[in-house]
Amino acid sequence: MAKVVVVTSGKGGVGKTTSTAALGAALAQAGQHVVVVDFDVGLRNLDLVMGAERRVVYDLINVVQGVARLPQALIRDKRVDTLSLLPASQTRDKEALTEPGVARVIAELREKFDWVICDSPAGIERGATLAMRHADAAVIVVNPEVSSVRDSDRIIGLLDAKTVKAEKGECVEKALLITRYDPARAARGEMLNIEDVLEILSVPLLGIIPESEDVLRASNLGSPMLLTNDSTVPGRAYLDAAKRLNGEKVPIKIPSEKKSIFRLFGRRAA
Amino acid sequence: MRFFWRRPRATAAVARERLQVLLAHERPLLARPDLLVALREDIMTAIAKHVKIETGRVRVKLDHGDTVSVLEIDIEIPNAFASVLAFGS
Repeated sequence: MAKVVVVTSGKGGVGKTTSTAALGAALAQAGQHVVVVDFDVGLRNLDLVMGAERRVVYDLINVVQGVARLPQALIRDKRVDTLSLLPASQTRDKEALTEPGVARVIAELREKFDWVICDSPAGIERGATLAMRHADAAVIVVNPEVSSVRDSDRIIGLLDAKTVKAEKGECVEKALLITRYDPARAARGEMLNIEDVLEILSVPLLGIIPESEDVLRASNLGSPMLLTNDSTVPGRAYLDAAKRLNGEKVPIKIPSEKKSIFRLFGRRAA
Repeated sequence: MRFFWRRPRATAAVARERLQVLLAHERPLLARPDLLVALREDIMTAIAKHVKIETGRVRVKLDHGDTVSVLEIDIEIPNAFASVLAFGS
């Protein structure tokens, strides 16, 4: 039975697309059939982060409107063949994304894949609500920063009210992915720490991705974390988060200042 | 470590407190975005059973204060008490 996951946040720039690509890559490398779907109509970027920007022919809206069939629009990753991308449209109006059209595409994707990971646009408008609409589970990406935490709280409210599951009286499984965490600043009291964020949002933790140069490096290259090098600190954190998403019990290590310095030296020495 | 978290200048503590206060206010409304509409309808139905009122003459307002929230219901009832009694009977 396929699982539909929405990667969402409310606020922009917190790492939704990076996280979608990394979680998708991690699950696909573990042998699962994964499709990552870009819902950011007009501002697509998942193709770029996945390194597939030159292979886009048809997109989500073409499929929704029946211009293209789903297999024509899906782009299979060249590095991991169980990973596919359904890009968003760069040119069309986001109004072209219709509720029944999205329902039909998601249903078709459920038949073909084990995981359907929807990369939500920022905001709480149509694109974001449609991205979460059919979700069984939600990964809420949050930075330890006031505006991001507030927006996440808002999104949690929407997940509990506006999804198909919520309307059926069921609950969308929710998990927090804290990104851009700086253990040193948190230790100095300059950044909300993990307990603060968890206490405020009261949603279980999926993982902690420390602030790292490796994240930008991966998107520069169009190579999601893990697809070429999974030994980086954020790469390992994403790998663990993906395992937890898949139901495995992996203990969460809260990165500490000491440990991250140690790891930095360790990596340089290697 | 905990000692450092509690330093008076720690801005994270301020952030946490501000968020807790803010979200405590935002949540009740968000949990039920249709709360005011639903309240308005139910209140109107209840009152309309006994008193003749016009839909446009009812205001329902929810104010969030620091410690309590105030639900304000403003209903204009036509002055002629007789008409009220006539309707009620």
